[in-house]
Amino acid sequence: MTCTPPPTARPLSGARVLATAARVLRQLSHDPRTVALMLLVPCVMIALLRYVFDAHPRTFDSVGASLLGIFPMITMFLVTSIATLRERTSGTLERLLAMPLSKADLLGGYALAFGALAVVQSALATALSVWLLDLDITGSPWLLLLVAVLDALLGTALGLFVSAFASSEFQAVQFMPAVLMPQLLLCGLFAPRDTMQPALEAVSAALPMSYAVDAMSEILTHTTPTPTFLRDILITTSFTLLTLTLTAPTLLTLTLTAPTLPRQTP
Amino acid sequence: MMNYGRDRPAPPPVTRTVPEQTAAVRARTLTVVRGHRTVLDRLDFDVPPGRVTGLLGPSGCGKTTLMRAVVGTQAKVTGTLDVLGRPAGHARLRPRIGYVTQSPAIYDDLTVRQNLDYFAAVLHPGRAARAERRESVRRAVGDVDLAPHADALAGNLSGGQRSRVSLAVALLGTPELLVLDEPTVGLAPVLRRDLWQLFHRLAADRGTTLLVSSHVMDEAERCHRLLLMREGRLLAAGTPGALRARTGAATVEEAFLHLVDEATPTERTPPTLAPRPPEPTP
Repeated sequence: MTCTPPPTARPLSGARVLATAARVLRQLSHDPRTVALMLLVPCVMIALLRYVFDAHPRTFDSVGASLLGIFPMITMFLVTSIATLRERTSGTLERLLAMPLSKADLLGGYALAFGALAVVQSALATALSVWLLDLDITGSPWLLLLVAVLDALLGTALGLFVSAFASSEFQAVQFMPAVLMPQLLLCGLFAPRDTMQPALEAVSAALPMSYAVDAMSEILTHTTPTPTFLRDILITTSFTLLTLTLTAPTLLTLTLTAPTLPRQTP
Repeated sequence: MMNYGRDRPAPPPVTRTVPEQTAAVRARTLTVVRGHRTVLDRLDFDVPPGRVTGLLGPSGCGKTTLMRAVVGTQAKVTGTLDVLGRPAGHARLRPRIGYVTQSPAIYDDLTVRQNLDYFAAVLHPGRAARAERRESVRRAVGDVDLAPHADALAGNLSGGQRSRVSLAVALLGTPELLVLDEPTVGLAPVLRRDLWQLFHRLAADRGTTLLVSSHVMDEAERCHRLLLMREGRLLAAGTPGALRARTGAATVEEAFLHLVDEATPTERTPPTLAPRPPEPTP
């Protein structure tokens, strides 16, 4: 199956990205329950954690900071994979790609909309943790927020990616434990990564969530951004961009089964 | 393509009188094979520009496959198929063709207006085009008669209303060729009549070529030209009047049945046996 490239390269169009982001947010605005769940569940979880570790405030500091990075990733992963799946199955994706909308416009629009939502979600959870739950961090809460947003974008990218392989909502939801649980176990939240079995330690070094969590603990223990912190956020961002690049081709091949006709015989 | 949003002037009359030379769609030995089944079997036909061409036949006869071939989303197509002067599926054709699938491709969790606003913003992005967008959305909502429901969530509308939203989206781009798969299925008689009037207005005022499928034979009389299909083959093509005259039938439905009877004796052997003869072995 071949695919003729568009006659003129369709570059990223700012106005179309904004229009797509506005549309995604408008769809969410008709679903206030989802928005409420997205924003409140992380806050409730972090509050719960605070009182689980009531006698060990130091443990709450390290686990809490890590979770501030993990929550947005999980939420955005789920929301994005379901939203993209719906776009595929409703036929709107096929319709959009037949219009002058590039795949980059569409992915950018989703990333922007969910990224904005992630900012709100992370800001709420971070503010609650730092001001009300006495999460004691050495670095700036703004850096905490920055990492949370980068993690949310990573979750969005992973969600877009797996939705290409899901043909139903059931499958899309099952990708969450398949893709995120191993990362959660290996990211250093339960045991420091350098104390793991060496093979597992090597695997964890290849998973993006490890760097997200590592960046959070750097902020926890250092007043200013360290080189390790910069490396961590660079790697997280690179993973996001790599995943988005891998996702773009799957958008077209799985929807327009045959964009062109084979060679015509007279 | 820079041709969105403007009302295209009606084509010069010369294209109406010699449709053969500038057919909007021209098919020669068009064949589609899916697995071991031949879905479309060596079809030859022309769709004249600026006219309403009806594609009629029972469910499962290959109408949707033919339409997908014309818009370029069908795999395994052989033969010649030219659309608006280019091979079907050419990337440059995409913005010039509006395709409305049988199931509406719209966002159920947006209102009618929000759906159209978004698709309009994809077609004409930017602040500068805001007035133009508002006008084209207003016109599309009016075209499909959904103004009273413009602020209702698409998911709360009836099936017929949702398919009209889908049609309105296709009208936003002012396409030269509009391919509509069963657009009137499940609609009340008054709406069906209104929709057919809209199709004729589009053809007459905007010079749009329409290819409309239906399995309801009484809609055939509303088309300028007909393509009658059965089991992947083209039974007949021509104006409704010509088809009636050729078969001596009073309606297109009778003409269709007559043509089916004419074609069957060669397929079913022997014709004198029981009413349900065994399926012919390939």
